[in-house]
Amino acid sequence: MKKQVSLLVVRRLLIALITLVIVSFAVFFATALLPGDTATILLGQSATPEAVEGLRKAMHLNDPAIIRFLRWIAGLFQGDFGKSYANNVPVANLISGRFVNTMKLAGLTAAIAVPFALTLGITAAMWRGTLYDRTVTIATIGIISVPEFMIATLAVLLFAVYLKWLPALSLTNEVKSLHDLLRIYAMPVMTLTFGVSAQMIRMTRAAVVETLNTPYVEMALLKGASRPRLVLRHALPNALGPIVNAVALSLSYLLGGVIIVETIFNYPGVAKLMVDAVSTRDLPLIQTCAMIFCLGYLALITAADIIAVLSNPRLR
Amino acid sequence: MTDSTATGRPGMRLGYRFNLVGMTALGIILLWACVALFAPQIIPHSVGEIVDSDYFGPMSRELWFGSDYLGRDIFSRILMGARYTLGISLAAVTIACFSGIALGMTAAVAGGWFDSTLSRFLDALNSIPSKLFGLVVVAAVGSSIPALIGTLSVIYTPGAYRFARALAVNVNTMDFIVVARIRGERLPYLIASEILPNILGPVLADLGLRFVFIVLLLSGLSFLGLGVQPPYADWGALVRENIAGLPFGAPAVIFPSLAIASLTISVNLLIDNLPRRIRDRSAE
Repeated sequence: MKKQVSLLVVRRLLIALITLVIVSFAVFFATALLPGDTATILLGQSATPEAVEGLRKAMHLNDPAIIRFLRWIAGLFQGDFGKSYANNVPVANLISGRFVNTMKLAGLTAAIAVPFALTLGITAAMWRGTLYDRTVTIATIGIISVPEFMIATLAVLLFAVYLKWLPALSLTNEVKSLHDLLRIYAMPVMTLTFGVSAQMIRMTRAAVVETLNTPYVEMALLKGASRPRLVLRHALPNALGPIVNAVALSLSYLLGGVIIVETIFNYPGVAKLMVDAVSTRDLPLIQTCAMIFCLGYLALITAADIIAVLSNPRLR
Repeated sequence: MTDSTATGRPGMRLGYRFNLVGMTALGIILLWACVALFAPQIIPHSVGEIVDSDYFGPMSRELWFGSDYLGRDIFSRILMGARYTLGISLAAVTIACFSGIALGMTAAVAGGWFDSTLSRFLDALNSIPSKLFGLVVVAAVGSSIPALIGTLSVIYTPGAYRFARALAVNVNTMDFIVVARIRGERLPYLIASEILPNILGPVLADLGLRFVFIVLLLSGLSFLGLGVQPPYADWGALVRENIAGLPFGAPAVIFPSLAIASLTISVNLLIDNLPRRIRDRSAE
C-alpha cells in the first residue's frame, strides 16, 4: 500500500515537471516570438538597418527559436536570467531584493488569513443553515465577486481618507519602528487577506459540509452528540485532507492578488517590477518574473494535489 | 454555492426568498445589458465633453455621479463603459466556452492519445495564473480590443474544457451512448445529439461563472493600464483614470467599481439561485 502512495506522488511530481516545461515554453514563445523585433525596439526608430543587424547578431536573435529557447532554459538553471533591456542590469540583481519584499507580504498574509479563514469556515459549517452561516456565505460570495482593486480602494477610502489611520501608499524604506511596519503593511496585507480568506472559507466550509453528509456523522447525530462534538470529533479529522488542499489552492490566489495590490499600494515587490516591465516591454525581466510566478503557482497546486493523495486513508 | 443541495432539503423553506434574490440579480443583469445596447441614446452628456469646471466634482442633480479627472460626466462614461466591459467579456466567454466545450466533448468521446495529449497541454496552460498570462500576452501583442478578446478566451478555454470533459466522461459511460455507438453513429452526431443535451444545464451555469472571471480579469488588466486603451474606457479603466481622486473620496473612483461589483455579484447570485444546482467548484 505504501508503495502505491509514493508512486502516485512521484507521478504527480513528474506531471508538475512536464507542466513546468510546457509553461516555460508558453512564456518564452508568447514574449519572444510574437510580433515586434527586439533589436528594432531597443535601438528606436532612428536605427540604421546595419545597426539593427549587428545587434541582432550580438543578441543571437537570428538563431532558430528553439535554440534560443534552450539557451534561455540553460541560463535559468545556471542562475543567469539575462540582462534587463531597459537599464542593462542583470535581471537577478533587480529581482533579488524585490523577491524578499513580495515573500514578506505573502507570508504575512498567509499567517493571518489561514487561521482566520479556517475558524470562519469550520464554524460556518458547524452552524450550517443559521443566520451566521448565511451571512458568512453571502459575504464571501460578495468578496469573491469583486475585483481586488475594489477591495483595495475601499480599504484606502475607509482607513486613509475617512478614518485617517493609515497612509495610502506604502514605502518600505522608511521603516524605523514596529509602528511604522504595521502602518505600511496593514493595508496591502488586509486587502490580500480579504481575497484569500474568502476563497479559503468557501472551500473549507464545503469540505466540512461534505463530511457532515456521511452516514457515520448521521450515526453520531442520532446517538445524541452535540453539534461542536459532531464537527470537531467526527467530521473534522476526515475533512483535514480536503481542508489543507483548500488552503494550498487558496494561497495560489495570492499570486494574482499580489499583482494588483503591489501596483495600487506602490509596494516594491516582484509583481510591481513585472507590471513596470510590461509597460517598457523589457522581455528578459518579464520572462523571469513570469517564471517565478508560474513556479510558485505550480508548487502550490502540486502541493495541494499531493496532500490530497497523502490524506486519503484508503491509500495509506 | 452550497446550501440547499448540501442540506438535502430542496429549498422549500427558502424557496421564495431564493427566487426573489435570483430575480433581482437577473433584473440587474438585464438592466446592464440594456444599458450596453442603448448607451449612446441614453447618456445625458457626451463621453468626451467637459461639463464641469472643476475636476473630481461631487454628486449633484446635474451630474449624478460627479465628474472625473477632466471634469467629464462620470455617469455617462459608466453607461458607455458598460459596452466595453460587457461586450468584450461576452465575446471572450462565448469563444472560450464554445471551443472549450467542443474540445472537451470530443476528447471525452474520442479518448485515447487525443484526450491525454490535449488534457495535458490544456492543464499546463491552466497552471499559469490568469492575471500573469494576461500580462505576458499583453506585453507581447499589445492591448487592442481584438487582442484582449483573444487573450481572455485563450486563458479561459482550459477551464471550460476541463469542466465539459469531466461531465461528458460521465455521460459517455451511459447505455444510450453504447447503443448509439453500436448503431454506428459518427463522432459529430454523438457529441451534438447524445452528449450535449445531457450536459447543457451545468455547462451554461459554468459559462456564467466564467463570465464573472473574465469581467474581473478584464477590469484588473484595464486597472493596470494594460486593458482597454484611451479614448475608450471600460469600468476598470475608469477606476484607473480617476484613481488620483481617491484621497478626496471622489465619487468618480467609487461608482465604476460599484458598477463592476453590481454586475459580477448579480451573475454569481443568479447562478447560485438557479433551480438546478451545480456542484461547488473552486474558483480559479
